[in-house]
Amino acid sequence: MNLEVHGAKIFFEIPIFGGIPITETIVNTWIVMAVITLICIFLTRDLKVHAESKRQVVAEYLVGMVTDLVKNNMGERFMGYVPYIGALFSLSAFCSLSSLIGLYAPTSDLSTTAAWALMTFVMITYYKIRTNGIGGYLKGYTEPVFVMTPLNIISEIATPVSMAFRHFGNIASGSVVTLLIYGALSTLSAMVLGLLPGALGEVLSHIPIFAVGIPAVLSIYFDLFTSVLQAFIFSMLTMSYIKSACE
Amino acid sequence: MNGITDNGFILGCSAIGAGLAMIAGIGPGIGEGNAVAKALEAIGRQPECKGDVTSTMLLGCAIAESTGIYGLIVALILLFVKPLT
Repeated sequence: MNLEVHGAKIFFEIPIFGGIPITETIVNTWIVMAVITLICIFLTRDLKVHAESKRQVVAEYLVGMVTDLVKNNMGERFMGYVPYIGALFSLSAFCSLSSLIGLYAPTSDLSTTAAWALMTFVMITYYKIRTNGIGGYLKGYTEPVFVMTPLNIISEIATPVSMAFRHFGNIASGSVVTLLIYGALSTLSAMVLGLLPGALGEVLSHIPIFAVGIPAVLSIYFDLFTSVLQAFIFSMLTMSYIKSACE
Repeated sequence: MNGITDNGFILGCSAIGAGLAMIAGIGPGIGEGNAVAKALEAIGRQPECKGDVTSTMLLGCAIAESTGIYGLIVALILLFVKPLT
């Protein structure tokens, strides 16, 4: 059994600033972005004031869902965040779901999720400074007593780190477990079918028959459920952190 | 210690360390179990607020999961990045 777990492959390097590597992550993210853009264009072609086509009903339903989510979790004041949350959710969900068709899921690369978490961190800091002023923001670190300053700094940094690690860990562990299951099932079928006598066993033992169908059951959890759930959780956390930064 | 190369010894110890790191999975398991049990109780008492309870529970579960995920990251790094060899 030969299992190889690796990060994103590097296709080539752009020779500026000491070489920018173009990895599988970047290429697959662009593919996912193109797919989302095509879906958006398809859904929003020739819209009417009163929905006539099924396409428009679906589009209105999706937009209404994101709007309700933002309104319930952040309030009327933050309605400008609807496009951002919608984009974040759909990009995250589609990136994770791309592992269903055998692509390397961009979210199982820590760089992707770290970038998203960093964006959330910048927004949190921006709103904290805007609400309290720069002095109030810095003073917030010494609450409730001055001795707590190192702990407050750690907890501030822990927010984006834990968000990035949570998303990355869930998706990456899913792909590692799926790989292990495939390896184990093909070894098992080689062992069992190798017991058959003669040339029949010779031939059949090279075909991983048990690996057909059984991993699909796990794939429902690891690919479908986890992908959508992590996308939901990431956008929910973004919303609640930004909202609590304004208080 | 005959016949074991230094590299192999470090790899073996990394694998043991990765296994030990995943003991961190116990805490989130118990915590999430408690959270889901309480959420089910709440839904049983007030079925009309099922949606709110479920989404809040999922969020809480995700946050409770953090420590387990940290353990998983340590295990993955020990197994696949091999920082000690």
